[in-house]
Amino acid sequence: MAAAHAEHLEHHGPPAPHYSSRVTPAVLGMFLFIASEIMLFGSFFTAYFFVRVVNGTPWPTPPYHLPVYVAFINTCILVTSSFSMHWGLQSIKRGNVWGLRAGLLLTFLMGLTFLITQAIEYSRIGFNTSNGAFATIFFCLTGLHGVHVFVGLSILGFMTIRAFRGHFSAEEHHGVEIGGIYWHFVDVMWIVVYLTVYIL
Amino acid sequence: MRNPLRSEEEAFRFLIASVVAALVIAGAAYVNTWLGVAAAVVAVAGVLWWLKQEPVPGAADPPPKLESSSPPGQHRVLVIAAPGTESVRVGIGATEVVVVVPALASKLEAVTGAVDDRRAEAERTAAMIAAGIPNARGEVGADDPGLAVDDALRVFGADEILVAGDDEFLERVRSRVTIPVSRA
Repeated sequence: MAAAHAEHLEHHGPPAPHYSSRVTPAVLGMFLFIASEIMLFGSFFTAYFFVRVVNGTPWPTPPYHLPVYVAFINTCILVTSSFSMHWGLQSIKRGNVWGLRAGLLLTFLMGLTFLITQAIEYSRIGFNTSNGAFATIFFCLTGLHGVHVFVGLSILGFMTIRAFRGHFSAEEHHGVEIGGIYWHFVDVMWIVVYLTVYIL
Repeated sequence: MRNPLRSEEEAFRFLIASVVAALVIAGAAYVNTWLGVAAAVVAVAGVLWWLKQEPVPGAADPPPKLESSSPPGQHRVLVIAAPGTESVRVGIGATEVVVVVPALASKLEAVTGAVDDRRAEAERTAAMIAAGIPNARGEVGADDPGLAVDDALRVFGADEILVAGDDEFLERVRSRVTIPVSRA
């Protein structure tokens, strides 16, 4: 108590400058990120809504078919990759570096499998962006998500390299935490895209 | 509402909730597409309700109290006055005085950004009070007395705070700082 009082008396001038009284930079950044993503995906879903509901375009427009089961397997792969991501982070929190490395590597490989499968699906699907509004929206929505997976894979790649170089420990693993949040977000977005494009 | 992407653990939990919701929607859509749409609407409402119910970590904690003081030989005084205050008396020992008048606005005004009149009123009050105090300058503060003090203390190390306002105003300021607070 006395020490704290002495410290208080020795302190002169204003406290260190800070960011804002209302919201921390981390929270503000996350809000801005979520808001920008909602607007980005929202614009594409709005186009989907107008094409399918307002214009009444058949979904999928005959004679085309959507590869629902391949996409389902891809969904399972992507959701599983979130489990390995979570396992990796839990491992490093307990100080298990090899658990983190295995978790990140598995996540990266599953993400890559998802992306390659989607690329193969595109090449065999039998239509392209010029085949009407249905095809355009299909490629826009799944493609936009694919770009997010690509960004996630790039982040995962760097995280994996850093993990193998020993940059993370039980105390220092913020980089993995942020990458993990992004990866789960990409998974949630895929579930939404899969349900709206393939199932409903 | 709780941010579902606050941490990896929470994002993972949100993913699990999304998977469960997706299974329900897919099951309903298998029976009928419109039933699937209805299930999606219910699921989204359910997830939003769940996030709204979840306690936000740290939201109930009182804000940290600020410490502040000035160099030896100086006695800085921060005056926080409600808009409309005509004058404030400051002791003769004050070497530097900053008068902050919060631009108090209603929720509607704050949300719509229609605070120009409030800021102008606060500016007039601050200028009027500062004109009557030697070595004083006036400023407009945030729309909350606590936040106005918070902001002012981060750029002006004061030894004492004088408050010209009602009891609620005084308590709001007192709850934010460790330095002496008294009524002007």
